[in-house]
Amino acid sequence: MPSQERPQQRRVERDDVQDDVVVPAETSSAALDSDVDAILDEIDSVLEENAEDFVKSFVQKGGE
Amino acid sequence: MTVRRVMGLETEYGITVPGLPNVNPMASSTMIVSAYGQYAVPGSRHRTHWDYDVESPLRDARGFDLTRADADPSLLTDEDLGMANVILTNGSRLYVDHAHPELSTPEVTSPRDAVLWDRAGVVVMQRAMGLATRLPGAPSIVLYKNNTDNKGASYGTHENYLMRRATPFADIVRYLTPFFVTRQVYTGAGRLGVGQDGRTSAFQLSQRADFFEVEVGLETTLKRPIINTRDEPHADPERFRRLHVIVGDANLSDTATFLKMGSTAIFLGMIEEGFLRGKDWSLARPVAEIHRVSHDPSLQHEMELADGRRMTALQMQGEMLELARRFCARSDHAEPDPQTDELLDEWERVLVGLADDPRALADRLDWVAKLTLMEGFRERDGLDWDSPRLQLIDLQYADLRPDKGIAARLEARGSLRRMFSDEQVEHAVTTPPTDTRAFFRGECIRRYSESIAAASWDSVVFDVPGRDALLRVPTLEPLRGTREHVGALLDASPDVTTLIERLSAHGAE
Repeated sequence: MPSQERPQQRRVERDDVQDDVVVPAETSSAALDSDVDAILDEIDSVLEENAEDFVKSFVQKGGE
Repeated sequence: MTVRRVMGLETEYGITVPGLPNVNPMASSTMIVSAYGQYAVPGSRHRTHWDYDVESPLRDARGFDLTRADADPSLLTDEDLGMANVILTNGSRLYVDHAHPELSTPEVTSPRDAVLWDRAGVVVMQRAMGLATRLPGAPSIVLYKNNTDNKGASYGTHENYLMRRATPFADIVRYLTPFFVTRQVYTGAGRLGVGQDGRTSAFQLSQRADFFEVEVGLETTLKRPIINTRDEPHADPERFRRLHVIVGDANLSDTATFLKMGSTAIFLGMIEEGFLRGKDWSLARPVAEIHRVSHDPSLQHEMELADGRRMTALQMQGEMLELARRFCARSDHAEPDPQTDELLDEWERVLVGLADDPRALADRLDWVAKLTLMEGFRERDGLDWDSPRLQLIDLQYADLRPDKGIAARLEARGSLRRMFSDEQVEHAVTTPPTDTRAFFRGECIRRYSESIAAASWDSVVFDVPGRDALLRVPTLEPLRGTREHVGALLDASPDVTTLIERLSAHGAE
């Protein structure tokens, strides 16, 4: 019967939403963030000095 | 069916001379190519000529030839402009194309090998930077494996796949277009800047997407098409076409290159076998969608299909992967292929990861690695998207100098996954694949370079002592000239005269 199926479906949808929003995203990005700090320090030490000039002077001709 | 297919990659590298913005890039590119050629193939003539007699870049896969008067001059790559060109002992071609140094890998038969010889190409370019700087009076030259200067110019990373001539081109266009629009979610190298000149400060998946303006066409430099129709098979044209793919990004990540080449190879197999008949992913507006998918790192954009359905790029890729799994599991090939399983598993891992938490893929996808770094700097230093430092990260990610390049630094600290060891890459820098005609080409260069007048994908031209005329040995079959086929013959030929005698006795190469 359609009327019996409907609430079941809704419950499934709600579970999906909770899974997506809460659990996996937070934990894994936290683990990544500690590594990112070390990476940022390392990248900082190799970045070209005058970022604006350096980016401006990177001019290429088209290819292919 | 498997990921195995004859394929290759061509990469044009960005080039700068720091502090000297007015140096002609053709001159600096020529220095790169010449310096490496003198070092790596010292016995050769000043430069090994490319044998242009067999090239036909104006032939169109749709069945007509552009006349030369109609063509944009930049398309005329077969006119020898006297530019540097070197064929390497690993079967690669290193040359100057317009205003960039370019490296074309040898023909390989699998996506893993494509990754390996593409990486060998990066090492060649790194070494060339060092060698060019040592030329008397030479400035330092820096190369970048990227596709745009964010000021309106783009240069390409092209894939090539050998296909059966019998496959209708209309099928290729119909199925491949939505595949190319959606594979950006793992092939994108990441770009800070939207629009060809990068005027909008926002992050997008692809370096290249904004430069594509039409669905199908022959051009590569203006009005770039998603499906390029250049039909220059470098093989028997009755049996094969070479699909020339210009829509891809230059990837630094091995995994991204592996997925790009492997998923495309399987997808082409499905088209050739008619396995996709009955499926229709045709997009209502492919050109608009290739931009929109790239412009949405949240991966939530719903594309509109021609039949009115809507789906995200990830959903469409999921359907494509599911079919690819079924296709590869078909029982009409006896032996399982571990590399095909590896490709399918990696493809699935990446699609699942992108749906769950893309940041977990920062160790395998270029755009995710780049975006994760930029988000980190934004958070730590309070940077806006128009910050020159973020733009610098975008650029320096692709810097080939091992100490300066961000991708290189990420690899060195284990934050970006590599598929091959330094030793394996070093071997591929000097050694050709053993299972294609690149073996014959590369080994001839290694053994007899002083007697080779010219070469191309489908020929090696010898200048045999005592003969008046040059002798062209055609290599029209990509899967002949392998080690199995000619290895013993080369080993038994200490000089080129003996080689030619034996080749003649052997019949056509």
